[in-house]
Amino acid sequence: MSTLMLWLTIVGTGAGALALRLSFIALLEDMEMPGLLERALRFVPAAALTALVIPFLFYENGALQVSLGNERLLAGLVAALIAWRTRSVLFTLGAGMATLWTLQAVGQSL
Amino acid sequence: MATTVTKPGRGSPLRRSIGARGSGYSGTIGDHRSPPADEIRTRSIFPNRDKIVEDEQLSTAYSSSAFASGAKDTVLASLGLIPLAIALGAAAVGNGLSVLEALAMSVFVLSGAAQMAMIELISNGASAAVIVVTALIISLRLTMYSASLAPHFRRLSAGWKGLLSYLLTDPAYAVSITRFDGDTKELNKRWYFLGVALAIWIAWQVGTVMGAFLGSRMPEGLSLDFFLPLTVIALIVPVIKDRATATAALSASVAAVFAATLPLNLGLITAALVGVLAGLLIEGVADRRKK
Repeated sequence: MSTLMLWLTIVGTGAGALALRLSFIALLEDMEMPGLLERALRFVPAAALTALVIPFLFYENGALQVSLGNERLLAGLVAALIAWRTRSVLFTLGAGMATLWTLQAVGQSL
Repeated sequence: MATTVTKPGRGSPLRRSIGARGSGYSGTIGDHRSPPADEIRTRSIFPNRDKIVEDEQLSTAYSSSAFASGAKDTVLASLGLIPLAIALGAAAVGNGLSVLEALAMSVFVLSGAAQMAMIELISNGASAAVIVVTALIISLRLTMYSASLAPHFRRLSAGWKGLLSYLLTDPAYAVSITRFDGDTKELNKRWYFLGVALAIWIAWQVGTVMGAFLGSRMPEGLSLDFFLPLTVIALIVPVIKDRATATAALSASVAAVFAATLPLNLGLITAALVGVLAGLLIEGVADRRKK
């Protein structure tokens, strides 16, 4: 691919991605939101955030890993428990990283 | 014999408070149900103590404190992004891009998944059209975030909308929507979002340049990239407010396990849609029972 073509590809993708990002934010002022969409939006944070995080925990190098050997899954479960009990981002990060590092250290020494 | 003990009926305040955990009512998006009267009263008598402190700060330095608060809420998530950006910068240069081109990609596209795919396609000699279309399909989830944030940004000028849209990313959405979903009477949303998204933008560009110069000589032992999913885990809890949102989250999780292998990174948007539908369904059933 030529340098010019590469730059066109990068800028073109950027323009397209900006259009996707702008879509509803730009349109909403003139357009009333349909009732069903408005109801559906209430569930987007809960659904999208879990859909975002699950692959990080359940997949290692592109393969599904549901076992005690999956350190990230275990650390994620501990973090979820701490998040639920404390509602603190800091405690969640601390507990999750501490669990992950501990499991990794234990795994290496075995 | 008359007994005075009555079970709380469906729809009574007692019943409802069982379902609604913790943070209380907050219906900024889709305000189609009015808050139960008892919750309003509780809130006005016992406002969150942190909230008061914050509101005082807002009254003196409204926009700059919202900006700082957004940036502060994002510090650890941005730190977690740097290893990913380093890996991307290194991969870009490793596949024949210059440092400037690697940086341009991070500035224009600003999305880990899309950039990863672009680099792979470029190194495979794919045509420009295939690369652009693939990257945009991978980025479809951004429209969902756009729809979710749109009600919060509806009164902004075109310039603000353009700037904030450009900066919209997975972590920026995750951090800010949790905040917007709560009590935001006193929150300067655009400055808060700018603080969040700019912290992420800077981390992304710095990481890309570091990776482009360092190559792949990056220590992996610390697993700092785990900061990002952990931050999101912490952010999920406050957005689960009742049975319907919990159902949405649970259904999306199950769907995400199976959908993660879908091509073009379509797993995220598929799983999220499954979650949204499940939430609507449960809400619909609950509404019908009330009638």
